[in-house]
Amino acid sequence: MPPTTPPLHWSDAVMDVFHAQKIRQVAYVPDTGLKRLIERVRADKNMQAVPLTTEEEGVALAVGACLGGERTALLVQSSGAGNCINMLGMITECRVPLLMLVTMRGTWAEFNPWQIPMAEATAPVLAAIGCVVKKLDNAEQVGPTVSAACQLAFNTNRPVAVLMDQRVVGTKEFK
Amino acid sequence: MSKQRKPTLDRRKVVAAILKQRGDALVVAGLGAACFDVMACGDNPLNFYTWGAMGGTAMIGLGLALAQPKRRVLVITGDGDMLMAMGSFATIGAKQPRNLAIVVMDNEHYGETGMQQTHTQLGTEFAGVAKATSFRAAETIYTEAQLKAWLPRIIKEPGPVFAGVKVAINRGEFILPPRDGTELKLRFQQALQR
Repeated sequence: MPPTTPPLHWSDAVMDVFHAQKIRQVAYVPDTGLKRLIERVRADKNMQAVPLTTEEEGVALAVGACLGGERTALLVQSSGAGNCINMLGMITECRVPLLMLVTMRGTWAEFNPWQIPMAEATAPVLAAIGCVVKKLDNAEQVGPTVSAACQLAFNTNRPVAVLMDQRVVGTKEFK
Repeated sequence: MSKQRKPTLDRRKVVAAILKQRGDALVVAGLGAACFDVMACGDNPLNFYTWGAMGGTAMIGLGLALAQPKRRVLVITGDGDMLMAMGSFATIGAKQPRNLAIVVMDNEHYGETGMQQTHTQLGTEFAGVAKATSFRAAETIYTEAQLKAWLPRIIKEPGPVFAGVKVAINRGEFILPPRDGTELKLRFQQALQR
């Protein structure tokens, strides 16, 4: 039997977009759902993987990267999206492009009640500060959606957040 | 807590001494008095002034330093802004940008909101934080002699370099930089391409 090709993980589709769109600085606060993507970014010698202590650091990083001619993606969990709001005001004021991939907690079969308030607030608060918000709940749509979001961000100089549902990234199990 | 030395250096003179030696360095200025100090030395399209986003100046510097590894990046900001960026010390320490220097004009007060005391008057020393987060060089500077010795390190020494300069609370007149963020971004990018 010939070897079968392993199914493409959604993280691999995102990495293809990062390469095609020349994303160079990738800042992140870890999330279980982001594990593979972070590992791939860290292993890529042509990318700068920037581990953050809190999410808004990555928003400010993107402004500096843009001044210096580089593109940034920010990987955060939904609870961290709230930390970014005031800093995103600078992104909006300066028309800095930024791709945010937000892995959602609290949207699908959630166990932890403390995740729900920010999960419900993520899309409205991001929209309120001027971020374009795209929701993604189907793993097959990861590549096209992230690619489209990336083009929107970098062609039109604005922040675009892709909210990745737990149906895409998995639901955390406490066992 | 031991009694601290009183900050006495003149902030305008300190920033002027640094910028006189900037060469082709890229400058990120923190909101409030640090911006006005930088502007008072003469506007330059390779200065990026912030008027908000408090706590973000150091990380703007890191993003710029990673994108432009051959250029020196100088972050000049205040103690209030840097206190909001305590985690950024750790992030910059983790990335070890050789071309980044952070200079805090530390007057131990929130200058734009009524001169309330900051935590640097209440037991926090940034240079100690910088050392503990793996900056390659860090110092608290109280005197002109110390500053003179440290100027070449701020301008040239492999980073990340940190200097906390203890400056008096009196400041010069308001000399306001441009405010439009998009204009500041575009002129910076265009000047960098020349």
